Amino acid sequence: MELDLAFIGAGVIAFAVLAYVVLDGFDLGVGILFPAIEGETNRGLAMNTVAPVWDGNETWLIMGGGGLLAVFPLAYAVVMPALYVPLIVMLLALIFRGVAFEFRWRSRRKRIWDLSFFGGSLVATFAQGVALGALVQGIAVEDRAYAGGHWDWLTAFSLLTGMALVVGYTLLGSTWLVMKAGGYLHERARQIAWVAGPGTLALIGIVSLVTPFLNPRYFERWFEMPNVLFTVWVPALLLVAAWVFVRGMRRGPDWWPFAASLAMFVLSFIGLGISFYPYIVPPDLTIAETAAPESSLAFVLIGVLLLVPLILAYTGYAYWVFRGKIDPESGYH
Amino acid sequence: MLDVTALDLARFQFAFTVSFHIMFPAFTIGLASYLAVLNGLHLWTGREIYLRLFDYWKIIFAVTFGMGVVSGIVMTYQFGTNWSVFSERAGPVIGPLMAYEVLTAFFLEAGFLGIMLFGRSKVGPKLHFLATLMVAIGTLGSAFWILSANSWMHTPQGAEVNEVGEFVPIDWWAVIFNPSFPYRLVHMVLAAYLTTALVVGAVGGWHLLRNRGDQGARKMFAMAMGMLVVTAPLQILAGDFHGLNTFEHQPAKVAALEGHYETHADGAPLILFGIPDDEAEETRWALQIPNLGSLILTHQWDGTVHGLREWPRDERPPAEIVFWSFRLMVALGFLMLGLGVWAAWARWRGLLYHTPNLFRAAIAMGPTGFVAVIAGWVTTEVGRQPWTVHGQLRTADSVSPIDLPAVAGSLLAFIVVYFVVFGAGTVYILRLMSKRPEAGPPERDVGPIRAAGTTPAPARSRDFIPGE
Ligand code: HDD
Ligand code: HEM
Ligand code: HEM
Repeated sequence: MELDLAFIGAGVIAFAVLAYVVLDGFDLGVGILFPAIEGETNRGLAMNTVAPVWDGNETWLIMGGGGLLAVFPLAYAVVMPALYVPLIVMLLALIFRGVAFEFRWRSRRKRIWDLSFFGGSLVATFAQGVALGALVQGIAVEDRAYAGGHWDWLTAFSLLTGMALVVGYTLLGSTWLVMKAGGYLHERARQIAWVAGPGTLALIGIVSLVTPFLNPRYFERWFEMPNVLFTVWVPALLLVAAWVFVRGMRRGPDWWPFAASLAMFVLSFIGLGISFYPYIVPPDLTIAETAAPESSLAFVLIGVLLLVPLILAYTGYAYWVFRGKIDPESGYH
Repeated sequence: MLDVTALDLARFQFAFTVSFHIMFPAFTIGLASYLAVLNGLHLWTGREIYLRLFDYWKIIFAVTFGMGVVSGIVMTYQFGTNWSVFSERAGPVIGPLMAYEVLTAFFLEAGFLGIMLFGRSKVGPKLHFLATLMVAIGTLGSAFWILSANSWMHTPQGAEVNEVGEFVPIDWWAVIFNPSFPYRLVHMVLAAYLTTALVVGAVGGWHLLRNRGDQGARKMFAMAMGMLVVTAPLQILAGDFHGLNTFEHQPAKVAALEGHYETHADGAPLILFGIPDDEAEETRWALQIPNLGSLILTHQWDGTVHGLREWPRDERPPAEIVFWSFRLMVALGFLMLGLGVWAAWARWRGLLYHTPNLFRAAIAMGPTGFVAVIAGWVTTEVGRQPWTVHGQLRTADSVSPIDLPAVAGSLLAFIVVYFVVFGAGTVYILRLMSKRPEAGPPERDVGPIRAAGTTPAPARSRDFIPGE
């Protein structure tokens, strides 16, 4: 087979996960910084900037999970039990957060659902970061099944990645609000972004420094010749993104900081890909080993090829309909 | 209690979470189509009342949909957390079907939902109708793919098992259109329409009981009863065909739900009631009609109906459960038909809006769609036991290598969270329903107003909560 379907499949899953992280990242981020926003009206306004799009954003999570089952059933079957606790916690947290969008307006006690929105967003984000860290660390496999214990995921490293993701999503959320909001909300979001921006960069730095020492393969991948000629571009571009962020925050336009934050996520994700390839569940399972049979891969990929462009088109249209700064007059009460 | 295994808890957890999940789609599939019809009628006739009803049900839809989404995401991941061996083996078949569900249905719903809920003033009535239509089509697409996946587990074909135990699809057409799929799809979509009609009818009846002149309540009541008259008989018919299909492909399931342990070679009776006892292999105190069982299942007076004793004990589904769940569903189906016929008769006599007892009956029947849906799924799924993939993969061999405390802990968490969160959601929905359809100005932007950019509709408090 000249065309490596498994490899393309891995690309599709990676794309879905990245789309999820950047898209749901900003709306989870809005949830995380909820308590920092004063006033019920302002909180409502912040929520309204993401309300028309959050469901679409979260659909990428289903695409990632469902797609993994379709394309790499073995990886799915190993990773899910290994990350049992963080995943269940994430799912429960997403429930609290998802229902808050509607419940908040239906309840006499908005505070409960504000809390549910904040707590759900924070916990879901942390759990995702922990899950990511646990995956990077490596998962024990024997006989096509998870062979570790229930608490293997819990390490200093996974807690670190959990924290890093919380700060990172806060950056996405705050720069999103810088872009979408005016007045008080805009100013408040700027203050938060000024903290979250450097915080994110620092945490990316720390995680990147620790990762190569988790597994000698990661180390070789990054620091040995000739790889280093490639890999050095990632941190270099990160510096560019940092510059765009600062410049956008200082002088505008308001969409620059958001774009820069997105770039930071994309670059970190590429960095992760560099570490992982050709493994999908380090340190044992490769893309090729876990791939579904060719007939399944081909069937899914045809659908992806035909439908994803369409999906991107109408999702883009939905964003376009709700473009521009949110009008404070449209506030709820 | 001491011999509860991780497998038992994993099964219970799946049953619990999917039972919650299915109630939301059962309502949103029907409601999405209803909203599309209302929106279309408004566009067509220009009559204000359709838009008002649209706005009324739109908010209820939004609240339900949100709960459907979050409970659905749990399902997607539960295959992996609790049923990893199943996922690894059957993933190459089930996974692509679910991927197509995401690609064709979930993105479509999610993409147009925002416009449908908040975008009318931005895109104009035509595109708004289109968005509503897309959401409705999305819900139906979702039912298509997930029911295909589920049906394949009942009547697998088109795939071979390879040396590591994976199901390898050979013929996708055969996989998707497996023998039980068309029946299950029709039966479930009808179930969703029935469920919605019953809820809409109950809300209409409730308000008519208070004010017979309420135009909105009249309209929704009439539409719901009309829907009921059409779908209730169709559902009974579809159920009959579905049963015949099951009789052909999963005869042990039918034996269990009919309560037959003995094989009847010369005409099986229809057992109306009785107490099945799997231990003793008999149905006690059976109240039965001779030969009717054969007549229904084989369309012959003395056709052969196999009893459960034909199967080894470890290949029998538990008759004690499915016997009852099946009867519950069928009884409710006939009650629904009864309500529809009564309403049709009242309409013919010109009394549709003047029969308080009919309103009361409609209110009482309001929640029965949900009950029938759950009962139907219990029949189907428990009747498939002890298999996850019928005849090929056992439930006991499908479970993840997880230990008891992990499943027990997550199960407890799901139970608490579901009851609290979805309980609150139900209260909010009931409050929304208690608002009179006619009262209030014909408002456009409802709920959380998410307008940006151009001038949005004037902000106005849209809470229907009495006393706020
Ligand atoms: C409003 C809902 C509703 C109503 C009124 C009925 N059903 Fe039903 N039934 C369902 C909702 C449902 C369901 C939820 O849609 C199920 C579960 C799984 C499925 O495929 O459909 C189902 C399953 C189901 C099965 C099991 C199919 C299998 O083996 O997989 C049979 C034999 C019937 N039904 C038959 C009937 C009959 C004879 C009815 C009429 C009197 C009836 N149903 C009314
Ligand atoms: C269409 C998607 C569905 C799939 C792929 C599916 C698959 C499964 C699987 C894998 C199990 C676990 C094995 C088992 O214990 O039987 C299960 C059990 C079960 N499912 Fe389904 N199911 C689906 C839909 C539903 C729905 C909508 C309901 C009802 C609300 C339902 C009710 C149940 C019940 C009650 C059990 C437990 C039965 C038992 O273990 O005795 N299922 N199903
Ligand atoms: C085990 C089986 C199932 C899984 C894994 C599953 C998964 C999901 C997921 C992830 C969502 C959220 C989609 C979104 O974000 O928009 C969802 C919603 C939905 N599901 Fe399920 N589902 C299952 C069973 C079913 C069944 C049996 C039906 C109907 C026959 C169904 C119909 C729907 C519909 C119509 C929606 C969108 C409307 C709503 O959220 O209420 N699902 N499902």
